[in-house]
Amino acid sequence: MPEAGRTLDQPLPFATPGISCRDLSVAFGSRRVLDRVSLELAPGRWTAIVGPNGCGKSTLLRTMAGLVVPQAGSLELHGRPLQAWPRRERARRLAWLAQNTLASDLSAYECVALGRFAHIGWLGQAGPADVAAIRRAMAATGSLPWGGRRLSSLSGGERQRVSLARVLAAEASVLLLDEPTTHLDPPHQEDIARILRRQAWECGTTVLSAIHDLSLALMADRLIVLGVGAVVGHGTVREALAQNWLSVAFGTPVSIISHDGAFLWRPRLEAQAEIRRQSG
Amino acid sequence: MSIAHASLSGEALALLGREQASRFLPWLTVCLGITLLLTGASLVVGTSDVHTSITWLMSPDAMSDTVLWHIRLPRAVGAWLAGALLGLGGAIAQSLFRNPLADPYLLGSASGAALGVTVSLLAVDASLSGFAWVGGVGVTAAAFIGACGAIALTVALSRGVLETASLLLAGIVVAFVLSAVTSLLLLRSPDTWRTMQTFLLGNTGFLDWRGAALLGAVLLCCFVPAIALSRGLDALMLGEDTAASLGLSLPGLRLMLLVLLSLATATTVGQVGLVGFVGLVAPHLVRQTLHVSQRQLLVAAPVCGGALLQAADLISRWAIQPAELPVGVVTACLGGCYLVLLLWRRTRNA
Repeated sequence: MPEAGRTLDQPLPFATPGISCRDLSVAFGSRRVLDRVSLELAPGRWTAIVGPNGCGKSTLLRTMAGLVVPQAGSLELHGRPLQAWPRRERARRLAWLAQNTLASDLSAYECVALGRFAHIGWLGQAGPADVAAIRRAMAATGSLPWGGRRLSSLSGGERQRVSLARVLAAEASVLLLDEPTTHLDPPHQEDIARILRRQAWECGTTVLSAIHDLSLALMADRLIVLGVGAVVGHGTVREALAQNWLSVAFGTPVSIISHDGAFLWRPRLEAQAEIRRQSG
Repeated sequence: MSIAHASLSGEALALLGREQASRFLPWLTVCLGITLLLTGASLVVGTSDVHTSITWLMSPDAMSDTVLWHIRLPRAVGAWLAGALLGLGGAIAQSLFRNPLADPYLLGSASGAALGVTVSLLAVDASLSGFAWVGGVGVTAAAFIGACGAIALTVALSRGVLETASLLLAGIVVAFVLSAVTSLLLLRSPDTWRTMQTFLLGNTGFLDWRGAALLGAVLLCCFVPAIALSRGLDALMLGEDTAASLGLSLPGLRLMLLVLLSLATATTVGQVGLVGFVGLVAPHLVRQTLHVSQRQLLVAAPVCGGALLQAADLISRWAIQPAELPVGVVTACLGGCYLVLLLWRRTRNA
């Protein structure tokens, strides 16, 4: 938990950001997906990326994970250019979760164990620290009971939790998560959000996740609001709401209500009862 | 030991699903037992009747010594080794391309081998002075060179090993073009066609101890590195991007797997010709009966492939005694039947 007296709106006392990019541009063929994006993400913060479909959320995460080579701009992990990190050194500090997890014959435990690849290597044996990390990650995501089951026999939501456990098992200082709550029922979405928050606050991890559900995204410490290819705004949730970034990014009024100190997205569709009352 | 199996508490092992660990060893034992039985049967089945063969075994003489230990045994052992290499190649190809329909000949090696053999046969026939050396290297070496050349061409056309999809497409292009060249050459010299067919249909009849030793050495050379790379194959199961994010070098892994695949396929094609379906069916058969990690698959698929080709070899010798069927025809029939069965079971379940 953050120490008393410090609010999440204040910058953290860390000198170097976990991951940062400057003037990042990515294009696929002639289509420019990201245009001069500059961001700095502090350790110990959970940041959510929101934006309309096709605005480049996944591409931004994939580029930051080193899976897409940008046309222009620079990327730094812990103050050192991303490309300068040796592959496995980098994987120990940066973990990425794909939007969809493929079904395969691997058991859930084997899948999570692969999260330790950067620590164990090709031929090494999993030591006590590795096994402990794997177990912690599986316990945190509630995936321990299916350790022996094959990924292909798990439901989409169960598989998603196993994948999240794989990412947590890496014990990386920067987590890039593409829609970690897809396929999950609302209570489990909440669990995942709680895990991400705890990871940031208690372990000092830089957590960046694309999140579809606006109400859930508004639980994050900070928001990155992406319009098509460009950042509309990056700041705290209060800043985002005060400056109406969401409506600008989605190109349509987005209504957010406040309830018990939490911000909730309210669909602008009229409630059924209201419609009946008017027509009756 | 895979990461998953290493130093786990009893509780964690229970989570891993004892079934998976406990079924693998009995399965392997049964497969190896079948192999031993098939090897024994291979000794007594041949152009002479079974009774004579058993007499030979009981009271050996010079004749029986030659037939049993220098013709039949190397053939049985060689068939197992060739099948094992195809099974290993199939397992590698299916994991590398993340496609259960991938087979070891996917990258044009089959067409390359066929072209190599055709050119070498033509060179011998026509005594082309310029190509005399091609005839000199022999059919097996020509097949090996052809297969390696075709795979190299595929890799060159896909501009390296950066993308799996372009490798597959380049493989298809190379296979078609080289087949067309082979057909063109054969059109101009119909006599070569017959000899060529013996090779194309797959034939275990030419295997001797030298061939078996070569297959054995190559199997070892491919098997050990493949096992060392199995963790990478497991990671590939999660998708290429995820594997890359875990800290693997994908181009490096792909390149090494391609080298192993080429070596396994080219050597097998050189020794027994184009034996189809074994490389495709063996990993399938393993996955149907066991739920295995990639490492276990890399052990089980060769054992299964070896037994399959040995069985096919036995049938090819026994079916129309005293004549022989080309072993490739037998494997094609067996493999085809198995796949149709699989298809029917699937549609029924659906």
